[in-house]
Amino acid sequence: MGNWIINHGLTYFILVVWMAINIFLFVWFFNLYNTENKFFYTRHILGTALSWARAPAAVLNFNCMLILLPVCRNLLSLVRGSFMCCGRTMRKQLDKNISFHKLVAYMIALMTAVHVIAHLVNAERYYNSRHGLDDELSTVLSSLGDTSNSTYLNPIRSLHITPTLLVFTSIAGLTGVVITLALILMITSSMEVIRRSYFEVFWYTHHLFIVFFAGLVFHGAGRIVRGMTTLDYDVDECKDDVDKWGETEECPIPQFAGGFPQTWMWVIGPMVIYLCERLLRFVRYLQTVKYRKIVIRPSKVLELQLVKNGFKMDVGQYVFLNCPAISQLEWHPFTMTSAPEEDFFSVHIRSAGDWTQKLISLVEQLPEGAQGPKMAVDGPFGTASEDVFDYEVAMLVGAGIGVTPFASVLKSIWYKFKDSNPKLRTRKIYFYWLCRETHAFEWFADLLQVLERETEERGMGKFLTYKLFLTGWDQSHANHVMVHADQETDVITGLKQKTNYGRPNWDKEFEQVRSENPTSVVGTFLCGPAVLATVLAKKCVKYTDVDPRKTKFYFNQENF
Amino acid sequence: MGKIEWAMWANEQALASGLILLTGGIVAVAGQFRDWQFAAYAIAAGVFVCLLEYPRGKRNKGTSVERTGQYCFTVCVKSFGPLTRNYYVRAFVHAAICVPGGFLLATVLGCVCLGIASLIYLAAAIRGEHWEPILPAKDSARQPVGESIKCPPQNPPPRPPAETRRKRVDDLEGAAYVNPIPVTANE
Repeated sequence: MGNWIINHGLTYFILVVWMAINIFLFVWFFNLYNTENKFFYTRHILGTALSWARAPAAVLNFNCMLILLPVCRNLLSLVRGSFMCCGRTMRKQLDKNISFHKLVAYMIALMTAVHVIAHLVNAERYYNSRHGLDDELSTVLSSLGDTSNSTYLNPIRSLHITPTLLVFTSIAGLTGVVITLALILMITSSMEVIRRSYFEVFWYTHHLFIVFFAGLVFHGAGRIVRGMTTLDYDVDECKDDVDKWGETEECPIPQFAGGFPQTWMWVIGPMVIYLCERLLRFVRYLQTVKYRKIVIRPSKVLELQLVKNGFKMDVGQYVFLNCPAISQLEWHPFTMTSAPEEDFFSVHIRSAGDWTQKLISLVEQLPEGAQGPKMAVDGPFGTASEDVFDYEVAMLVGAGIGVTPFASVLKSIWYKFKDSNPKLRTRKIYFYWLCRETHAFEWFADLLQVLERETEERGMGKFLTYKLFLTGWDQSHANHVMVHADQETDVITGLKQKTNYGRPNWDKEFEQVRSENPTSVVGTFLCGPAVLATVLAKKCVKYTDVDPRKTKFYFNQENF
Repeated sequence: MGKIEWAMWANEQALASGLILLTGGIVAVAGQFRDWQFAAYAIAAGVFVCLLEYPRGKRNKGTSVERTGQYCFTVCVKSFGPLTRNYYVRAFVHAAICVPGGFLLATVLGCVCLGIASLIYLAAAIRGEHWEPILPAKDSARQPVGESIKCPPQNPPPRPPAETRRKRVDDLEGAAYVNPIPVTANE
């Protein structure tokens, strides 16, 4: 239990607070509309469906406010910066931005369903009472019209208006249908299958959020839910004497008015922030980026070394690249592989899809010495691995293409070593590299080789321990290895450290780290698939000691 | 990433529409709304659409992820042959199914969603996509270990060529290589 609190405590605390606010809003507004005198007559026609529509609306306001915040990357970077003093546990929460975005979206979907169903019932009940199918009081209330001495309550003003007609002729109804449709399309196109495999479909459809927010702001403008404005009105006394309304002092004809629309007040702040984000991105789109070097590595990996004025990066951060020659609208994230100490920044781009393929062929056709195609850079944006130097011991796990952020980390460590940077708190680094085949990552092996030589020359060979795990290998491979078994360097990578075959036995690895560092705080950093993340998160909990003097493992994950 | 398969999105959209149509239908029937007969139809239509769309089709490229327990649905849907295979048919069926939903407010949303799904299916069909069932691979990649594992190895393990083999330094006599055939100089 103690371990669990150390690793996940704050995350769940935040979730509990969020859920508590949701529940509070729901219950509060449900009660408000269910008990308040002001809505007595409205409630008489609509029943509890009124509360069932209004309570989700309040929760929706709150969640629509929240949903834009986790995707404001510059805002998150800003917050991360201001949390520098407050410890890493707080900052780590910011890496779960997309999970939170999804959670809020699920809540919006659920509340929309309740809200829509409740309003379907409301429309039907208004229709019935307008046609005199309910009791006398309802009929009288529904037939009140906008005259010199009365105001209407029932939005169905004439007898030939059906519920469908009501919805498609009122602001609330029309915007409601449009934004619900936008929401449904956004949800169906962001399912895992679509998002992972056909990113463009997801990316473009998700921009329906503009329609969604525009509709949302105007949704309440029709003021269709009306409450009584007559003060000092005793409903209990007057509700039974409908015929005498307006004749006595105590029971005047009740007056009604719509509530002031509130949604825009909730969402306007995040909308402005998000607009600023997009403006910032546009400004960055216009800034010039120069190529320092373009290298096409064997095995179709493109290395771009770029220079941009005023660009300042940190370890393990990523940038969004936009190449107008390929698509003016698409921004693709890439992890930077250069160290902050270098005077340029670099990305390694592997041919993985349409966009990367087009970029590589564009670059290949360039004449010798020419500048590359125009490139716009947005970023840098921070993720967990800038915290690597804050931990005494760092366990870095890179799987497949997930080694890229660690290229930056390792390079930066190399530079910090050279300068004997006092900021380097790290005493020891364990690096695990899991991949199916190494030949796509030759460039990374090169980097490791340089690093290995460097640390050895300085007599600090113990500082970096790295282990390579090759998960895809066959018999001929094994034969080859056996033949060269007694050579000093590994046959595949040319490194001193021999490659392991198969997947790592994590229990063994964690046990080893713990026994070698009995009193340290260990940061575990993963860049790789979600399955591995679950495994590692569990191991971190398992091997963390509640005793504050003993080894502690903190789990961090990079998102792609 | 490759070519976009629109049918995958159409499938998600149609399944969602089926559920929305079903929910709308249930609400209207339970509330005995005016013209609730349309809602009764919507319940039937929603169930039908969900059953038809639940089994996800196979992707042209890459791994296809099944929905939980879709296997028996896959078999049922597959048994209709070209009717369920062809996306033009699906686009038409959905377009036809959604029309009566438009007459009742509660089912309007489901109707419009299904209409959109039908359009996406039409786009998929025009681009030449069709539904393929995801069936478990017949020959799994890993063969069960044969009986031969209990027998001693038939072939010697791979060894480096003789000249590169390391000589045992502490026992020079023993490490010396004796040629099985006497070697004489070629005359």
